[in-house]
Amino acid sequence: MSGIGVVFRKEVLENIRDKRVILSAFFFGVLFAPIIFAVGTSIASKRIVQTQDKPLELPVSGAERAPNLIAFLEENGTLAKPVELTTDEAMQAVREGEHDLVLIVPEDYATKLREGESAPLELVADSSNTQTSGNADRARRLLEAYGRQLAALRLLVRGISPQVIQPVEVHSLDVATPAGRAALFLGMLTYFCFMSMLVGGFYLAIDTTAGERERGSLESLLTLPVSRATLIIGKMLATGSFMAVSLLLTLVTFGIVLEFTPLERLGMSANFGWDVVAGIFAVMVAFVPFGAGLLTVVASFTRSNREAQSWLSVVFFVPLAPIMFAILSGTKSSATLMLIPSLSQHLLATNLLRGDSIPPLHVALSMGTTLLLGALLTWLAVRLYKREAILG
Amino acid sequence: MIVVEGLSRRFGTVQALSDVSFSVGDGRITGLLGHNGAGKSTTLRILSTVLRADSGRALVDGHDCRTESLAVRRSLGVLPHGSGLYANLTGRENIRYYGRLHGLQGAALESAIDDLVGRLRLEGVVDRRAKGYSQGERLKVALGRALIHRPQTIILDEPTNGLDVNAVRMLRELLRELRASGRCILFSSHVMQEVAALCDDIVIISGGRVVVSGTPDFILEHTGAADLEEAFVRAADAERVE
Repeated sequence: MSGIGVVFRKEVLENIRDKRVILSAFFFGVLFAPIIFAVGTSIASKRIVQTQDKPLELPVSGAERAPNLIAFLEENGTLAKPVELTTDEAMQAVREGEHDLVLIVPEDYATKLREGESAPLELVADSSNTQTSGNADRARRLLEAYGRQLAALRLLVRGISPQVIQPVEVHSLDVATPAGRAALFLGMLTYFCFMSMLVGGFYLAIDTTAGERERGSLESLLTLPVSRATLIIGKMLATGSFMAVSLLLTLVTFGIVLEFTPLERLGMSANFGWDVVAGIFAVMVAFVPFGAGLLTVVASFTRSNREAQSWLSVVFFVPLAPIMFAILSGTKSSATLMLIPSLSQHLLATNLLRGDSIPPLHVALSMGTTLLLGALLTWLAVRLYKREAILG
Repeated sequence: MIVVEGLSRRFGTVQALSDVSFSVGDGRITGLLGHNGAGKSTTLRILSTVLRADSGRALVDGHDCRTESLAVRRSLGVLPHGSGLYANLTGRENIRYYGRLHGLQGAALESAIDDLVGRLRLEGVVDRRAKGYSQGERLKVALGRALIHRPQTIILDEPTNGLDVNAVRMLRELLRELRASGRCILFSSHVMQEVAALCDDIVIISGGRVVVSGTPDFILEHTGAADLEEAFVRAADAERVE
């Protein structure tokens, strides 16, 4: 045990003195990611707030043909702006960004309406433009509401209940908590946490294997009266502690940054008190032995620093890919998914962020399998370190 | 004390060692001499328990390199070929790390370090980071690291490679001192003059076999050469010609 401690202390001391290691391990994840996150959410929230507060500006061509419609729109927070455009001109204007959208009231609108036929309306919009598609949706909903109102009136005039043409009535009850809506945003947070953990262990995993071999210090180390298992376990402990410290610093920085981020204005509340920070750390730190084992095992196969770096950059994506997939597809936790390292930590952390309750079974499965696989990788790293080929 | 009996080792299709036998006594300096690729490093690596022999036996101070590797490593001080230091640690920290892994600690360890620093004349550099060391300073610290636990048996693989004259002289003095205190020293070289200047016994190895071994006088007599250099060339090349 004392041998492991000696190796551990030396590796930590040596790497703390390496500016390159400190810079990448403790600055990338710890400062870079939360700042990107803060800037991103601030911009997004500003845009949402701006579009929600402003009245919907709607250029209308032929407004004089539909005074009732215009009155209805203006009652519902629309600013109808009279313009004179043909359909082609309107399409051109929207395409070129002169107008976000244009409503055209054709000449036969009034006649058809009077005769009880379907009166045509044209709404010109660009659905591929994410900035204006929200406004287009708002306008479309208003026009449909106006249509329903007219239909109801026509039926009432004929003595028929409007409910006849509305056989089902859908009431949407939104159960999304403000914290739940933030989860997509905050799902990225776990991604950054894993990234900073892996980056934190990156140089140590390389330095303790390929690096030691390349600088020619490995052979004399192996002639000392300590077992190779002692050496590699001491080294992996150092790698693991750097990963854990990276994770902790990242979470703390996120905690501080989120206090200054206007998540509430996005209709979200970050469930990110210090108790949640501690919870996420506890859940995620179980990944450390697995990550350290994975990095060390792969680095053990390589012959030089350079080769190790290029291999490990690829291996990064093994734990990150499932998280990326889960974020994009909105995967929900299940007992089976708890068997997958990295994904299970991501799901548990996301649940903590959403403020959802977590079944103790899930925590047990996630920690159990991840730690078990971590132990397996550690064993494999020890086996690899005992080979003669480790000398290169 | 080193005893090597019938060592053989094969790497893939290359027979690196075949039936190598020799012994190295305490209080003597023995040179393992041979061309590059003759099997010197392989022999030394088997002795330092980093490699295993396919067959044969190697004993260091009575301990078998295969079955008692920890005991062997405890009584062995090894300076491998081109041994590197940890650049971000000071010389003293490099030596201290090895001392601790040998189980030394506290005042005993610190006084052992101070003693070596004095003997290797490292006072001026030992507290600087190893990053900026000259080749000679690196060698001194590497030697200090290998000797920190006062090993009975010392193995050095091509220790003089790339050193300037002063560093070589320092190394020779140190090895003579160690011999005087009864240590067993085995070092490899492909430079005849170096071996001639220092060694009590010489083992000439070629193509993975011991060609001749004994005192310099014995080797001169055995090969019928006028000087050791001639003897080395004849002995080392003999195997190839046959």
